Amino acid sequence: MKILVGYKRVVDFNVRIQVKPDGTGVVTDGVKLSPNPFDDIALEEALRLREKGIAEEVVIATIAPADAQAHLRNGLAMGGNRAIHVVTPDPVQPLAAARTFLKLIEKEQPGLVILGKQAIDDDCNQTGQMLAALWDRPQATFASKLDISGEKATVTREVDAGLETIEVDLPAVVTTDLRLNEPRFIKLPDIMKAKSKKIDTIELSSLGIEHGGEIRTTHYAPPPKRSRGVMVKDVAELVGMLKQKGLV
Amino acid sequence: MMSKILIIAEHLNGQLNTSTARCVTCARELKPDAIDVLVLADAPDAVAAEAAKLDGISKVLTVARAENAHALAAVLAPQIAAATKNGYSHVLFPSTTFGKDVAPRVAALLGVGQVSDIMSVSGSHTFMRPIYAGNAIVTVEAPADAIVVGTVRTASWPTVGDGSSAAPIEALSLDAAIPSHTRFVELKQASSERPDLQSAAKVVSGGRGLGSKENFDIIYKLADKLHAAAGASRAAVDAGYCPNDMQVGQTGKIIAPELYIAIGISGAIQHLTGIKDAGTIVAINKDADAPIFEVADIGLVGDLFKLVPELESTI
Repeated sequence: MKILVGYKRVVDFNVRIQVKPDGTGVVTDGVKLSPNPFDDIALEEALRLREKGIAEEVVIATIAPADAQAHLRNGLAMGGNRAIHVVTPDPVQPLAAARTFLKLIEKEQPGLVILGKQAIDDDCNQTGQMLAALWDRPQATFASKLDISGEKATVTREVDAGLETIEVDLPAVVTTDLRLNEPRFIKLPDIMKAKSKKIDTIELSSLGIEHGGEIRTTHYAPPPKRSRGVMVKDVAELVGMLKQKGLV
Repeated sequence: MMSKILIIAEHLNGQLNTSTARCVTCARELKPDAIDVLVLADAPDAVAAEAAKLDGISKVLTVARAENAHALAAVLAPQIAAATKNGYSHVLFPSTTFGKDVAPRVAALLGVGQVSDIMSVSGSHTFMRPIYAGNAIVTVEAPADAIVVGTVRTASWPTVGDGSSAAPIEALSLDAAIPSHTRFVELKQASSERPDLQSAAKVVSGGRGLGSKENFDIIYKLADKLHAAAGASRAAVDAGYCPNDMQVGQTGKIIAPELYIAIGISGAIQHLTGIKDAGTIVAINKDADAPIFEVADIGLVGDLFKLVPELESTI
């Protein structure tokens, strides 16, 4: 089986996000970029399936500007067999990303597609579900456990009510939640090895994906600030204040 | 243009989830001509009756099918997409794991983008939503000539109350092919006598400062005394002090209780994102410089193992 993994480059989760004063975006110049943490988990899961002999090949794909080659090398160093770089200067929305991945699926015919449940930049949490719909295949979102047996996957999902387990026929789209696994660290020799791995580069505009239905972002603003409150000296004072507010 | 909103009801074990009543509040902000609620279930009657009571509902539509016994996105999405064809301008879901799973699938079937986590409404097709874990708020515009598919950030909207009379309930028959490639196996619900974390009016949460699973008992005791739900920071969950479903924060549950008491929680950004809509935030921590005090309404510095039992016995 071949596994296709989505591997998005995002602003590193440790960066304190600053909104540009003119409201046209967030500051990304000179800011550290990293793989989306949920995509690292997706790649790790794919690699484990290959190590178990369930998959033969792990293909990682990104939709990003031309300078994202180093990002893909990172995924290849982690263990991906090869990479596909769909090049576009502009960020794409989940619907366009799903339409793009559908094109890659038509060419690659994977038995399983693993994506992060959401990217930590736009926080949309949509691409996997949209891709599954366009592909007309099952989806198993928020996966915290994945077992493959023959033509089926059994997936435990982290839902608000607890842990839900579903069974899906393959091929299918799985999106990862935090507790699916802990991604491995990249070793230096693997970085060297990754240099000889293949990256296919495709212009997004050459894929002929459908347009329409796009959501337009018109303004960025910093979040409203919660102001610092008061400090109390002891429990009695705390309880007094809570009583005053009618909370206890 | 007529605006007509369809809200997809979230329910479990024959009970309507309060997230649905929050979606109604958001829908009313759009000042539509009609708000309908769609209940997809194997036996929808009890849930439909609950939904019909909500203030501002025009009618409740039900689709009773054995396949709808469990909320599987692949099963529900084609039915919802078909239902929207009856002149709806908007279809709204709660931004819970249920809504997040189904809504994008519906949007893709309808060939439109989806607006996630609507926190406020600026116009019929213009909304505000958080990105970067709530560190920026964007204004987004959905295409004016297409149906709007959105999820409603539940923490941003209060529940709507009951109306003076119940809305009519109608059975809907839909022409939708339902796939068999996705099957429900089981749901393991965390059994708890305490209120549900997502909808509780009061929440008591513990963090890494508790130090162990056993020590978390003081959190549960205080929660029980206050009739509050019990929550935790990601650090406490990762350390194994308590189960995953107690996690509050960007990657856990985003909540808006009237009272939130954070105990031994330092206040990582990811945690603060999950609580910033809370009414009153109380923080108890031994470190006076902990970031949690930057957002707390009432702060108390000291040893939680002494202060929390004292608090529990005082109230």
